[in-house]
This record gives sequence, structure tokens and C-alpha cells, in this order.
Amino acid sequence: MSRPPSPTLPENSERMSSDRVKSTSNDPLHLQADVLVLGGGPSGAWAALAAAEDGARVVLADKGYLGTSGATAPSNTGTWCVPPGENRAQAVERRWQRTGGLADQRWMLRCVDQAYENLVKLSEWGYLFPQEDDGRLYIANLRGPDYMRFMRRRVLKAGVTVLDHHPALELLSNGDAITGASGVDRQRNRDWSIEAKAVVLATGGCAFHERILGATGLTGDGYLMAAEAGAHLSGMEFTGKYTLAPYETSLNKGLPYRWATFYREDGSPLLDANGEQVSNGIGERERDIAKALIDGPVFARLDHAEPALQDWLRRGQPNCFVPHDRAGIDPFKDLFRITLRAEGTVRGTGGIMLATADCGTGVPGLYVAGDAASRENMTGAVSGGGAVNSSWAIASGWWSGKGASTHARKSARNAFRSISKPLGEAGLRPAGNARANLRTAEIIEAVRAEVIPLEKNYFRDGTTLHTSSERLESLWNDVRQHLHAEGVDRVRSRETASITASARWSLASALARNESRGMHRRGDRPGNDPAFARRILVSGVDAITIGEAQISREGIAS
Amino acid sequence: MIEIVSASRCIECDICVKVCPANVFDAVPDSAPIIARQDDCQTCYLCEIYCPVDALYVAHRAEGHFPITEAEVEERNLFGSYARALGWKRGKAGGTEHDPTHRIRVAAV
Repeated sequence: MSRPPSPTLPENSERMSSDRVKSTSNDPLHLQADVLVLGGGPSGAWAALAAAEDGARVVLADKGYLGTSGATAPSNTGTWCVPPGENRAQAVERRWQRTGGLADQRWMLRCVDQAYENLVKLSEWGYLFPQEDDGRLYIANLRGPDYMRFMRRRVLKAGVTVLDHHPALELLSNGDAITGASGVDRQRNRDWSIEAKAVVLATGGCAFHERILGATGLTGDGYLMAAEAGAHLSGMEFTGKYTLAPYETSLNKGLPYRWATFYREDGSPLLDANGEQVSNGIGERERDIAKALIDGPVFARLDHAEPALQDWLRRGQPNCFVPHDRAGIDPFKDLFRITLRAEGTVRGTGGIMLATADCGTGVPGLYVAGDAASRENMTGAVSGGGAVNSSWAIASGWWSGKGASTHARKSARNAFRSISKPLGEAGLRPAGNARANLRTAEIIEAVRAEVIPLEKNYFRDGTTLHTSSERLESLWNDVRQHLHAEGVDRVRSRETASITASARWSLASALARNESRGMHRRGDRPGNDPAFARRILVSGVDAITIGEAQISREGIAS
Repeated sequence: MIEIVSASRCIECDICVKVCPANVFDAVPDSAPIIARQDDCQTCYLCEIYCPVDALYVAHRAEGHFPITEAEVEERNLFGSYARALGWKRGKAGGTEHDPTHRIRVAAV
């Protein structure tokens, strides 16, 4: 692979040397690139690689650090990995049956295909996969810290300019197309702006500030930026996914609970409606656990794990045991208190609607990948868990990078000549008077009070959704009219706006889906309604518009 | 959340300042980094494994403080314990080829 030329500076800006990263200057940073990738999780890394492979000059800007940012890096994730062959169509069909009828088998098939190809690439590039007993490599699992560290090296080797701790605050537009983004270098407190012929949003989902692995950066920033640019969101009602974790910890990893039994605070076994003890917390029994957690504390013990399995769990999922070891608990023998952690759109499925097969958003020059995109094509109304989402990040990252570099080539002639305007509003440019007493932490807590509690968001009903929606309108009014910040503090004010906006879109979509489907559980509308076998779309930032889309039965280009 | 930067172990390389995705640390000239924004810590434990001298300790509690002394962490051999479990050494990655997770997935079906 030839090394593409480095991103260049506009003629009139200061000359940069290789020690730029160590610079302490507060002068704004200006760069030009063919493709700008926002976000340094797996989908952003794959997008950057794909665009660089096409010869594009690529900049990747991440809020945190490419290698540790995102939901994947702190975890250990399966992939949806189906080798080529006749079995593929059947695997897709089987998986589709579980999606509440909202997934699209052609997207599923091409995702499986692209993810497999890229997983094989990883192996060829030197990522060390474990071997099965027959000597074959097992490529259906990626260890987060190692995978993302590996991806960072690969991205740097491909000649991509990586800007760590450079959160984006807003997109730039010339009125016809997206022409870049700007933000702040939060470790040096200086602004940056990057002119680009195409932008990929790989900013992840929105976890509403829940303390789950990777959630620090997952505040829905990309949703707000895309909506301000005119893109649609889809599936935002599917935010009812929760995963078990030891109480007050960040470890939202469900797998060990496959071998758990559950207890109430007095030590008595948790029983289901048939009087049987609840075990296997990652299956259909999750609902019983959710109900019990509304009543009071619930405890678990991994006592269905045989000694061999205990050893595999400890060695294969070591992060799951870090909290236990530090708390002095043996989870195979001792009861430990648990909680269900809300996962927003991270393990939910909503996000920016895909308008084209190359992950275009319908806004010229704007592409989307990973959890920033709606994953309904892949997994419909149910969670893609780690596995489907992980393959989706690989495939959509790849396609969006190719799509963006192709767009950049086509627009080469008149690029960088037009006047760009910033599109950011809420949290940056208040519509009314800036109010200094508006506290972002309090706003976020107030949003969380509507979209996190199990009794409101796991078990939904129209009346509660209405009340929550009204509260969110009032909060949004405060944010939009009065929230303002300077310097690095703009990151938090913009995150607050994104979290509030994401919650509003989620509630509006949940009200519009007047039925139950997958993780959207409406007590007042139990059961699927065939009339709702379609997507709920939402657009607009201040005024929200609900739309809908039939699931396309037409072929898509790959 | 992050609770301890061990001044006795720290070699002032500032890798943790760079790699923390939540920007929790601040570098300090000629000194160990400080925990400047503890409440932003997402309890991902990644700073620990990137630290070349196992000088960091993240407590298991993700919501609010969990005060613990450096002496207790030493005594219980918890410095670097996550890195050892993964097979990372001195801040360098390693161990994926020994990951037995595929066996767990077979058993989970």
C-alpha cells in the first residue's frame, strides 16, 4: 500500500513541523484533508484505513485516544463471523428471524461478507487470534484493548494524521455539502478546524452518561451534528437494552451471567411467575430480573459454572473479574449485588439513518459508521449485542471510508474554494441569553431521570412517555436558549446538548411506535402490530418531525 | 474510578495522560501526573495496562470515590493485576493468542 500524502495546511496558515503534537501554542490549528473521520473507535479506524487505501489524505480526530476510546476498547467482543458458503444465507435468515422483522437481509449478508474479509485481513496483518483444537484460527472474537491498539498502529502506518483529544464540536457546510468540522484540542485548549471534502461520523452511540465501559465519549455528539446538517435518525425508540453488571461497577458484560442464579436481598432465590428459580440472566429471564430490581436489591452467584468454565471465564473475560477481585469477592461462591445498566443506543439500535449503500446520510459529503449509524438494517428491534455491532463497525467503517474517499475524488475540482459556515447551535450558540447558572451536570441528571430508570424505560407506557417527553421539552428549552460555554468547557456543554437531544428523539420515537417490538416494551400496547413493521424516522433539532419508512425490498449495491 | 497514581512507582512518562480516553490526568513537570478530573473516569482500567511500571490503581466502584491506600494495593498485589490477567507486560500488549473465549461461547449455546 502506498503512503498517501499528508494532509496539508492552507497557504496562509502557520507552517507546521513534526513536533506539532508537542506544541503548546494556543493558535488555532487548521488542516485540509480529503476525508475527515470523527471518532477513534473501531468503525472510525476502519473508515480511516479504507479511505487511506484509496489514496485519500485522511485526518482522524477523536475525543479521547485512538486505541482506548469507544465501547470496544475496554471490552472483549465477539464478532458476527460466518465463513463464505451456503451456510451464510441460512445464518442470515436465522438471525433475521430474531430482529422483529425490521432488519434487511441484504445488508446483513453484505455485512457478514465484508466483516469476514476484514477479519482475515487482521490476521494477515499480524493480529494474533487464538487457535481452535484442530489448529484453525478462531477469528470470531476480538480482545478490545489489543484490537484497538493494533488498529491504531495500522492507521498510523497507513499515513493517517491522528489527532487524539481533539473532540469535534460542529460540522462545517458551504450550503450544499459538508466541508469539514471544527472543535477544540482539549489538552492544549486551542481550537481546530479541518476542511475536508467528505466527513465520516464515527462518533459512537449515546449512553446518556451511564457508567458503562467506554461510555465517557459516547454522548450522541454525532447525532446532533448530523441532525443539524439535515440528516434523519432512525430507530431511536430502540434504547431499551440493559445489561447486567456488578452493582456500582462499569462492567456491563452479560456473558458470565449465562451461568448465574439470582437472589433477593434476604438470600431467598428469585423466582419467576411459575415459581422456578431465575437463572441464566442473558436470556428471556432478564425481564424477571428487571422487575425484581424495581422492587429492591438483587444478588447473583455464578454457581452454574463448572471448574473448567470458571477457568475459561477468568482467562477469557478477565475484566469481568477485576471488580470482584478488588472487592474481595469470589463470584462463583459468594453472592454479589447486581444492577442492570442502561446502554442507550450503544447496544440499542437507533442512530443516523443510512441513505445509501456506501453509508451516506443523504447529506452530501456526510457519511456515517458504527454505532453512530442506525443498526436496524442489521438487527432490527433487538440488540446486536457486541457481536453484530462489532461486525457492523468493521463493515460500515470500511464502506463509509470508501464512500467518503470516492466523494472526495469527485468533488476535487471545486473543493476548498467555497465559504464554509459552522452548523452548531445548541450548547454553542444559545438562541436566547446565555445563563451562567445552568449546570450541565444537573441537566444530564434530569435527562437521565427520564430515560434510565427501569420502570420508565425498560417497561414503557404511553402516559409515562408523555410525561417524560414534556420534561425533556422544558430541559431542551433551557439548553437551546441559554446553555453556553467557552474554551474546553464547550465540550461538556455540547455533550449535554447531544444527550438531551438524543433523549428527546428517543422519547418522540417511542411514542410514535404505538406497539411493542423487540426492546421497545409498551405495557399499554403489548404485542406487535403488523402496521408497525416499518422504521420510525425522526429529524429536526428544535422542531422534531416524525416520519416512517418501509423496509426496502429492492437490491442494494455492494 | 482511578484512585492512585503511585509516586514511588511512577517514572513520569505521562503515557496515562495521553491514553486515558476520558482525559482524567494532567501532566505535571518533573512530577507524577495528577488525577485532575476523577469524576470523568469511566472505570475502564485501560490506563493500568498501558502503564509501563504498574503505578496506577483503578478502584472497582464506578460511581463516586472508593478510598484505598497504596499500602493496601501493594499488600494485596493489585498493582498491575489486570495487565497480568490479560498477558500485557510493562505497558506492552500480549496474550490474545491464549484467549479461551471461544470455548466459553461454545459452552454458552
